[in-house]
Amino acid sequence: MAFLSYLISGISLGSIYAIIALGYTMVYGIAKMLNFAHGDVIMVGGYMSFMATTNFGWPPLLSVLFAMGVCTVLGILIEQLAYKPLRSAPSLAVLITAIGVSYFLQNAALLIWSPNPKSFTSIVPFNSIRLFDGKLIISGTTVVTIVACIIIIVSLNTIVNKTKVGKAMRAVSEDKDVAQLMGISVNKTISITFAIGSALAAVAGVLLCSAYPILMPTTGAMPGIKAFTAAVFGGIGSIPGAFLGGILLGVIEILGKAYISTHLSDAIVFAVLIIILLVKPTGLLGKKVLVKV
Amino acid sequence: MESLKTRYNVDNLLTYSLVIVAYIIMRILIANGKISFALQGQLVPITVYIVMAVSLNLTVGVLGELSLGHAGFMSVGAFSGAITSTLLELSATSTPPAWLRLALAMIIGGIVAGIFGFLIGIPVLRLEGDYLAIVTLAFGEIIKNVINVIYIGYDANGIRISTESANALNLGEGGKVILSGPMGAIGITKISTFTAGFILILITLFIVLNLINSRAGRAIKAVKDDKIAAESVGISTWKYRMMAFVTSATLAGAAGALYALNYSTVVARKFDFNTSILVLVFVVLGRMGNIRGSIIAATVLTVLPELLRAFNEVRMLVYAVILIIVMLVRNNTTLQHLYQRIVTKLKYDRPPAEEGDEA
Repeated sequence: MAFLSYLISGISLGSIYAIIALGYTMVYGIAKMLNFAHGDVIMVGGYMSFMATTNFGWPPLLSVLFAMGVCTVLGILIEQLAYKPLRSAPSLAVLITAIGVSYFLQNAALLIWSPNPKSFTSIVPFNSIRLFDGKLIISGTTVVTIVACIIIIVSLNTIVNKTKVGKAMRAVSEDKDVAQLMGISVNKTISITFAIGSALAAVAGVLLCSAYPILMPTTGAMPGIKAFTAAVFGGIGSIPGAFLGGILLGVIEILGKAYISTHLSDAIVFAVLIIILLVKPTGLLGKKVLVKV
Repeated sequence: MESLKTRYNVDNLLTYSLVIVAYIIMRILIANGKISFALQGQLVPITVYIVMAVSLNLTVGVLGELSLGHAGFMSVGAFSGAITSTLLELSATSTPPAWLRLALAMIIGGIVAGIFGFLIGIPVLRLEGDYLAIVTLAFGEIIKNVINVIYIGYDANGIRISTESANALNLGEGGKVILSGPMGAIGITKISTFTAGFILILITLFIVLNLINSRAGRAIKAVKDDKIAAESVGISTWKYRMMAFVTSATLAGAAGALYALNYSTVVARKFDFNTSILVLVFVVLGRMGNIRGSIIAATVLTVLPELLRAFNEVRMLVYAVILIIVMLVRNNTTLQHLYQRIVTKLKYDRPPAEEGDEA
């Protein structure tokens, strides 16, 4: 029973990683850049929801929508100001700019909300579910997190595969220049991708803070790195890959923490990643790209 | 070919003299008391970061592989160096002089980091691109986590190692804990000096610049430009990629040892992902593959937060804004064209000289 309980909390943590990883993977697939500031957008989302509930006294659902709105605007703003001018620059230059944006967001948060951690009250109003005569307790936050993740994955998959916007995204991801020739606005498509990714980051931020209720300017950094790892784990650029990678990473982390060592759980996660990449060098669901000479 | 060789030599000479002149100027300024106390404390870290940046440039700029775990090698070097120095102090009947301990610590730190570089290189170099980058990141995090659970002590019976806690070491009378898990290496005697850092920079430059301009270095650059083409003309890509990677790790280890011995305690958390990224920022800002650029960027960016102290609370915010603006300006095509035009104009105004390679 203990195992089942660990497994469920692993899936719950993994769902949060998966939602964050989706942002990484979509931006990577379409703009071919690693958006290192993504983790900090999560943190901004957390603070926005915190302010909405604590300072303005808004209901939980409204606070999530507020956080999503702010993060969407923030994501588009970052893209327009910092990344768009570098569209033709080498990818490492964009990476460093993203790191600059990440520093900026963290330090701005430090000034606005001070370095003192805020204790976040879960936005989930449901009680825990008790199963097997109370031997297995699943918190409301866990249920909501897993359900939210499934809804997001399904709707995102529909958007990408069934709608016109999704078609444009896939075209830009395949070949920017040809997509432009076909009348697709590349800039608009990239902006939409950033908007979706940032809105998801806000959701992830709220869920993360609901499960681990400590909110600091550096809250997003480590989950950001782990989610990025998850995206690579599943094969970067692939939406089902991000989902699979996120869930696996979360489960491995929680099980490693429970059964092997609390201090070494991160090391175990990364060791598994290395082994997977050695067996499948482009991630679990990544496409193998053949080089023509 | 002859002129190419001369150009390399002139270029390298310029790099060496830049470092030497900077060192002499700093020495004179210190002797005259013109350097603030805070800035003097930054001198050893500056030399450490210069070595880190130059060595990372070998992997990122010359070999062309993105490494996100360079701080991991620094960490390995820092802890093996600190342990070496403390053990020498405790065990030897007559303690060797500080400079010798420092030199030994840096050599051991370099060798251990080099061995780690080789072992990590075996899986890492099988991958490419972003996947290679993420695995270096993973190794950096693993090293940090593993050091956090190692405890090392020394008493009359010799060295004791545990992965439980400092008490589990069961140290005898007069025993001393050297490495204490998350508390890091403790009780280090501060023996790092600015001069030692200066010498390490010169050694680093000697190794890296000679490697770049050697037969092996040309092979490394060929691998970077086109791996398949290099392989087809008989260059062993594995060998040369490994050579660059291990050299880079070794130098980072030596720098780590110098860094650790500049403080009385050093924790594994210090050498995390953020430190790797910081060094990467130096390399990219100084332009990849450009060794002199790495030196200047590492110096300026290490001093910058200190100089921004006037801004007090907002200084890291200003740092971030400067970083973004510099990247935007440097990669702005309009400005680049303007710069090109000015350069061309200057060239035609002067009598025709040998053409430069500045791009």
